[in-house]
Amino acid sequence: MNMLEIQNLHVAVGGKEILKGINLSVPAGEVHAVMGPNGSGKSTLSYALAGREGYEITEGRILYQGADLTALAPEERADKGVFLAMQYPVEIPGVTTLNFLKTALNAQRRARGAPELDAMKVMRLVREKAATLKIPEDMLKRALNVGFSGGEKKRMEILQMAVFEPKLAILDETDSGLDIDALKLVADGVNALRDPSRAMLVITHYQRLLTHIVPDRVHVMVDGRIAKSGGPELALALEEQGYERIVEAAA
Amino acid sequence: MAIVPETKARVAGLETGKYKYGFVTDIEMERAAKGLNEDVVRFISAKKGEPEWMLEWRLGAYKRWIEMREPTWARVHYPPIDYQNAYYYAAPKSQAERPKSLEDVDPKLLETYAKLGIPLSEQKMLAGVAVDAVFDSVSVATTFKAKLTEAGVIFCPISEAIREQPELVRKYLGSVVPVSDNFFATLNSAVFSDGTFVYVPKGVRCPMELSTYFRINASETGQFERTLIIADEGAYVSYLEGCTAPKRDENQLHAAVVELVALEGAEIKYSTVQNWYPGDEEGKGGIYNFVTKRGDARGNRSKISWTQVETGSAITWKYPSCILRGDDSTGEFYSIAITNNFQQADTGTKMIHLGKNTRSRIVSKGIAAGHAQNTYRGLVSVHPKAANARNHTQCDSLLIGAKCGAHTVPYIECRNKTAAVEHEATTSKISDEQLFYCLQRGINQEEAVALIVNGFCRDVLQQLPMEFAVEAQKLVGISLEGSVG
Repeated sequence: MNMLEIQNLHVAVGGKEILKGINLSVPAGEVHAVMGPNGSGKSTLSYALAGREGYEITEGRILYQGADLTALAPEERADKGVFLAMQYPVEIPGVTTLNFLKTALNAQRRARGAPELDAMKVMRLVREKAATLKIPEDMLKRALNVGFSGGEKKRMEILQMAVFEPKLAILDETDSGLDIDALKLVADGVNALRDPSRAMLVITHYQRLLTHIVPDRVHVMVDGRIAKSGGPELALALEEQGYERIVEAAA
Repeated sequence: MAIVPETKARVAGLETGKYKYGFVTDIEMERAAKGLNEDVVRFISAKKGEPEWMLEWRLGAYKRWIEMREPTWARVHYPPIDYQNAYYYAAPKSQAERPKSLEDVDPKLLETYAKLGIPLSEQKMLAGVAVDAVFDSVSVATTFKAKLTEAGVIFCPISEAIREQPELVRKYLGSVVPVSDNFFATLNSAVFSDGTFVYVPKGVRCPMELSTYFRINASETGQFERTLIIADEGAYVSYLEGCTAPKRDENQLHAAVVELVALEGAEIKYSTVQNWYPGDEEGKGGIYNFVTKRGDARGNRSKISWTQVETGSAITWKYPSCILRGDDSTGEFYSIAITNNFQQADTGTKMIHLGKNTRSRIVSKGIAAGHAQNTYRGLVSVHPKAANARNHTQCDSLLIGAKCGAHTVPYIECRNKTAAVEHEATTSKISDEQLFYCLQRGINQEEAVALIVNGFCRDVLQQLPMEFAVEAQKLVGISLEGSVG
């Protein structure tokens, strides 16, 4: 079954149409990459999937596990297992990372009818996941993302993904601003979360992330539409020939 | 500091603007005649069985008060108050004879406090916290008195102290906030009805947290409590007050005076969780809170620390201050002031540096939502003899929505060249990015606001005694319900 099925999705921001009929399906267990030049609508797609206010769906629908997501609030989507690793994770001063994780995890658990976890249990769970991402203990005690480096912020997004165990994970330019070591760490974290019951949509500008996270399919997005889809080799072709030639060939 | 699950459940489960302490206790009351005149002052004094000197003191205050004008410099707006159209004394009839023990207290009153989350039975109470419960104009119960007496600590209603500890009361009452200090303090001096008296003797560390729970119940009635806390040489005491009132369309006046005296090497930590009824979403009703609080760090190396969480009241006019008289004395002011809907707060502190090497620290967190106006007003004054005085002020404002206002009015007077005074201020908003980030992680809007605001207030919340920090965190969330979206 398709975990995610986007049908003819049109999205407008501030009255301007950005997505102009996206069709895309990601089956459970697969990792799909969405690539595209700046301004092609990649981030709009990720926000529309997460239900951000101001991203108006004017046509089409988003099916998640076969049911329409479009009427659901962002937190309801999160509760159902939709996770967006953000391109620019925000700082929340005064709220420790651990407290944030506990609050979010328990909000999701409550919505799913699962019992809440106490501070000790959350701590144990988070510690265990943090270790594999080489996130030091003291980072968990610091305010969320405050004073974190770019690499630390992105690792923190992956840590959250590991803690929440979503069914659909959307990674929005998780590689941007990372040096090669940090990129490797993040990619290893993502690969460890590949699972037959989970679908991932990896949005990126560059091919280099995809040498570490090898996708099952690659989609090229241009001007609000999927211009071309293919296997992992498509990413390499893009890197060599540039978007323009690939897109021209597709047109 | 972690937000407890109950907070979330409560925040999530409540409708916008529900004030859970808004109930009225149906109990037969005895009141003074309406209005304010010498006879009413005499009536109150007689009700309390006061000695002649106390009555004279009150009458003196009353005579000054009728000559005084209400101050208008604060950034708060309200229709003129008709001081003759209110009651200045109201007490439950069943308490006419002050009960000797908890068993004698009217069950209706015990029930009221239980409903407020303050069980007065010592077995059920928070271990380590003694409570004085003040209902309208009288103290109805004081717990753990025996245990405190063992340590030599006097903790009792001020009306009792006036009768039984006249030397201490005469020596210190009005010594920090003089009778003629300001309009509201003078009014209080004339008509104050009850409040708490604490005396911690030399070298004694008070073995438990002391607290007073103030409840306004009667309608058209003002509450004028008076609190006096004295920490003798080398003593330590931590005290907390909480306040609630029923939901009513009328505005009710609350004009308290709190005086703290710290002698050599003594320390007083005074915390407030103020949750008077704030009025409804249209700004109807709510308490007018005009309060004078001042601490005198009288002895060398003494310390006074104020922590306040102000979430209630339609209008707050309040500047808990420190007079740093002793050399090497320290004053602290940690404040969270939250205003939502049509609430107005003008609050801050005064740090008066008189002694050498005196230090003060001010951390103020103002949060405004809805149509509220939130003003920090503070004075740091360094006198010529205060060599090496130090002050650091951190003043942060957080705005939620586009219709509220935050204002910062710092006054600095420095008359000693060796002093260092620092002032930092920030203003920020809860950003759409922060809210979306929380939503995306499954945290709903109200919970997200509570989380972000609690984070913003963290430095101050950490100053509260453990037992009350949790309650304060909940309040922060509840006060801001309906402020977004």
